[in-house]
Amino acid sequence: MVTDHNLDELYHKGELTWQDGEYTVERGFQWTPPGCHNSCGMLYYMKDGKLDHAEGDPCFPYNNGRLCARCLNLEEAAYQEGRLKYPMKRDPKDRGDVSKFERITWDEALALIEKNLDEVTEKYGRASVFGLVGTGRNICWQVPWIVNNAFKSPNVFCALFSGDSCAVPRTAATAAMTGAYPVPDMGQFNEARYDYPDFQFPGTILIWGANPLKSNADCFQGYWITDCMKKGGSKLVVIDPMINWMSARAEVQIQIRPGTDCAVALAMNHVIIEEDLYDHDFVDCWTYGFDEFAEHVKDWTPERAAEIAWCDPDDIRKAARLIATNGPCAAPFGVSNDQKRNGVSAYHAIFNMMAITGNYDNPGGNILAYDPWGTVMSYIAGWDEGVLTPEMKAERLGDKEFPLHSVGFSALGQPDVLLHALETGEPRPMKMCFMMGTNPITNMAPDAPRAYKALMTLDFTIVCDYRMTPTIAGLADLVLPISFNWERNTLRLWFTPVRASRKISQYYECKSDEEIVVMLGRRFNPEFFDKIGVHTDIDMLDYIVKSAPNATESFDQLLNKDMYCWPDRPYYQYKTGGLRADGQPGFQTPTGRIELWVSMFANLGLDPLPNYEEPTESPVSTPELYKEYPLVLTTGARNFEFFHSEQREQPHMRATYPWPRVRINVEDAKELGIQDGEWVWIEGTRGRCQQKALVTEGIMKGVVEADHGWWFPERDGNAPSLYGVFESNINNLTPNGNPGPYSFGADFRSVLCKIYKCTPENSEILPGVQTVEKGGFHEPDYGDIISMYYGHDAK
Amino acid sequence: MSKKGLFINYEMCFGCHSCEMACSQEHKLPAGEFGIKLTQYGPHKNVKGDWEYTFVPVPTQLCDLCGSRTATGKLPACVHHCESECMEYGDIAELAKLLEEQPKSVLFSL
Repeated sequence: MVTDHNLDELYHKGELTWQDGEYTVERGFQWTPPGCHNSCGMLYYMKDGKLDHAEGDPCFPYNNGRLCARCLNLEEAAYQEGRLKYPMKRDPKDRGDVSKFERITWDEALALIEKNLDEVTEKYGRASVFGLVGTGRNICWQVPWIVNNAFKSPNVFCALFSGDSCAVPRTAATAAMTGAYPVPDMGQFNEARYDYPDFQFPGTILIWGANPLKSNADCFQGYWITDCMKKGGSKLVVIDPMINWMSARAEVQIQIRPGTDCAVALAMNHVIIEEDLYDHDFVDCWTYGFDEFAEHVKDWTPERAAEIAWCDPDDIRKAARLIATNGPCAAPFGVSNDQKRNGVSAYHAIFNMMAITGNYDNPGGNILAYDPWGTVMSYIAGWDEGVLTPEMKAERLGDKEFPLHSVGFSALGQPDVLLHALETGEPRPMKMCFMMGTNPITNMAPDAPRAYKALMTLDFTIVCDYRMTPTIAGLADLVLPISFNWERNTLRLWFTPVRASRKISQYYECKSDEEIVVMLGRRFNPEFFDKIGVHTDIDMLDYIVKSAPNATESFDQLLNKDMYCWPDRPYYQYKTGGLRADGQPGFQTPTGRIELWVSMFANLGLDPLPNYEEPTESPVSTPELYKEYPLVLTTGARNFEFFHSEQREQPHMRATYPWPRVRINVEDAKELGIQDGEWVWIEGTRGRCQQKALVTEGIMKGVVEADHGWWFPERDGNAPSLYGVFESNINNLTPNGNPGPYSFGADFRSVLCKIYKCTPENSEILPGVQTVEKGGFHEPDYGDIISMYYGHDAK
Repeated sequence: MSKKGLFINYEMCFGCHSCEMACSQEHKLPAGEFGIKLTQYGPHKNVKGDWEYTFVPVPTQLCDLCGSRTATGKLPACVHHCESECMEYGDIAELAKLLEEQPKSVLFSL
C-alpha cells in the first residue's frame, strides 16, 4: 500500500503539469461537458494534443482520487462519432432532416443571428427573443449573460421545465425560511475535511427521496455518506418508495407513496414536538413562529400521515426520534420533492424539522451556504442583470402571474407561462430561441410531445451543444459546437472551493460557452462589454472572480498558480454575524430568525405554513381515474452510467445499462402477467411510452418508477424518429402547464399510469409518429393558476 | 517478493461501476469486456425480514493487478478510483489481517 507521502510525490502535488512516460499529465477540474453537479480533481493524460484518458486526482481532498464511471470514460465521450465540429445551419423548413445541415463559418453564424435578431425585434419586439437553459452545471450563468446582456431581452427560462422543478423549489423554501441554503456537512467546507478540528460526523443522515450515491446532487459527493458511515458510524434514515443500497443499511427506512412527503414530514415534526424532543434553546433563541407551527402540526399524527402515505406510523415515530436524539443530523436532498406541486411545502416541513432540532450551521448538521446557491451568481444567474432596465424587466414572462418571481425568487422567467405564450401568443408571441446546455424534448420538458409542438412554432432556433441530439435534429436552425471541459478556460464558483481549469486542447472549431458569451456580447452590445472591460474569455472569468463573495484572487492567479481556493469556514455563523449582510448575529430573514412561519410567503398572499396537498392525479384526488390507471408513477431516479440524457451514445455505458427500464413490484407484475425484461407500454392520461420491465422487490406495491432521459443515438435521426426520442420518453406522461401555488414544483413524480405488454397489435402507431406526424397525444390544457390568469377552463 | 492480492469490503461496495470502467480504460478494453465485474444480490427481503442488497466486484482472467501501474508505485486503477474506498491492494499476508478487522469482506488471490 502506498503512503500519502508517495502519493504527493507520484502525483506532483501543487504542480500544473508534468511528464509521465509517454503522457503529458495536466491537472484540472472536470465540470461540463460532459456534465454533472460536482467538480472533481482530475489528471488529464494527454498524448499528441489529445486526451488519452483521465484519472481522479489523489491530491485533491474533494474526491481523493476517486472518480465515477462517466469521467473514467471521457476519451470515448470526447472523440465519439456524433460530436459537432463546426457551426452548421439548416433552413427552418427542413427541420427534422439531419442531412440538410450545412457547414458554415463562425462569421456566417454571427451574421445569421444578427439577421434573425433584427427581423424578430422589428416584428415582435426584443423580448420575444428568449433563452433556454438546462440543469445546473457549468452552463447556467452563460445563457442569461447572452440573452440579457448581448441580446438585451429579459427572457431566459429553464427549458419548458414546468414549475422550475429542480433546486428552485427547495431554494425558494430555504431562502424564505433561512435566508440561505442548507447543505449537509460532511466536512467539505474546509480543506482539512474530516480532520478539521471542529468537524463532527453526523449522528444521523436523513436521505429523503434521493439516492446521493448516484445523483451526487448539488456540490455534494454521495460517497461522503459511506465515508461518514465508515469513519464516523453515522446512522441512516431513508425515505423512498424504492429500496436503494442505503435503505438496506438504514436504521429506519420508510417506503412512502410518491407525492405524500409533506404529510410524512409534518407527522415527524408532530412526534418531535409532542414527545418534547426538540431543541428548546435553538427554538427560543433562533426561530420565529414556533407556537403557530406547533399548533399546525398538532393534528398531524403519524397515523394520519401513514394512512395517506401507505406506510407504518411506528416507522415515522422511529425516524423522528432518531433524527432528534442521535446527535447532529445532516440531510442531503435530491430533486424528488422539487418535482411535485406540493414540493415547496414538503421542503418547508422537512427544513422546519431541521430547525427545531437545531441542525443549522452545526458540525455534522447543515451548513448555511453564503447565499442561495452561492450562486445567485453562477447558477441561477441573477447576479448581474447588467443592461436590463426596469422597463425591460417588466417584459419578463411570469412576474405578473407569480408573486415570488416579482420579488426576485429566480432571476429567470416562469416556464409554464412561456409554454402558454408559445401555444397561444399570450401574453406575447415568443419567436426566437437560444438554447445552451439543454436538450428539452429528450429530458427537461414534461409532456415532451407538447413541448416539441410548441418549439416548432418558432421562427428561428439556435442550439449550442457538443453532439447531435434529438433537439438539434428536430428543431435547430443554427447549431454551434461546444468545447469539452478541458478544451476551455473555466471557473467553478459553486460553493467551495473555487476552482479554475485550463484549456489544454482544441477540438476542430469548437468554442467554450464562455467564449460564445464574449463573442456575442462584443458583437451585439460592445458598449456594455467595453464598460466592464471584457474582451476575452479570461477577462470574463476575471470579472466573475472579482465579483464573487467567495474569492479574492484574480482569475490568472487561480488559473496558473493556485488552481483552487478553499478558505476555512467556521461553524455557527449565525452567532457571529457571518450570515447577515449587516454583520449582525442571526439569519438573513426579515425577523433575523429562521422562520418556521414564513413572513415573506404571508406578505405575498402565499401559505406561511407547510400544508399537505394531494397530487393533482392520485388514488385519493382522482379515484375514478385511478380505476383506469391503477399505478402511481414516479420517474427520474438516477443511475451511475448516465447524467440525464447524456452518455447514451457511449458503448461502455450501454454495456452495463443497455435499455430504459421501468421498475415494477413483483406482485404487481404477477397480477399483470409481466415478465422481467420484456417491453411494456406505460400509459397515462397524456400519452404513453415503451420501456423494459424490471420486476423487483425493491419498489413498493402499487408504485412504478420509470427511467428518464432516454433516446437512441444508434437509431434514425430524421423525423419522425428523431433518434427514437419519443418512443421511451417518460415525459410523454408527465404534465406541463400546472405548477404548484408558489410557482415552483410540478407533478413529475406523482401521476397515474397503467402498464401492459407491448404486442404488434398495440404498437402500430409509435409515439414518434403520434407526436411528429399526428399532432401529438392531446390538446394543450392548463392547471388552475395559468387557467385562472388566462381565462381557460382548468383541467 | 510476496504475492499481491485485492481486498474488498462488500458491506460498503455500493455498485458504482468505477472499478469496471477504470479497468476498462487502463487496459483499453472494448465495451462488454471486463477485467473486474460487479455482481449483485438483491434488493431482496430475506426470510428474517431484513433487506439484502449487496455488490461484490469479481476480478476476471483479464486482471493483471495493473502490474505496469504498481511497478511505479501507483495503485491498481480499480482501487485508485473506487468511490466507496472499499478496495485495497497489497501483500496477501497483510490484507488477510484486514479480513479479521472488517467483517463482510473478501480477499482475492490472482
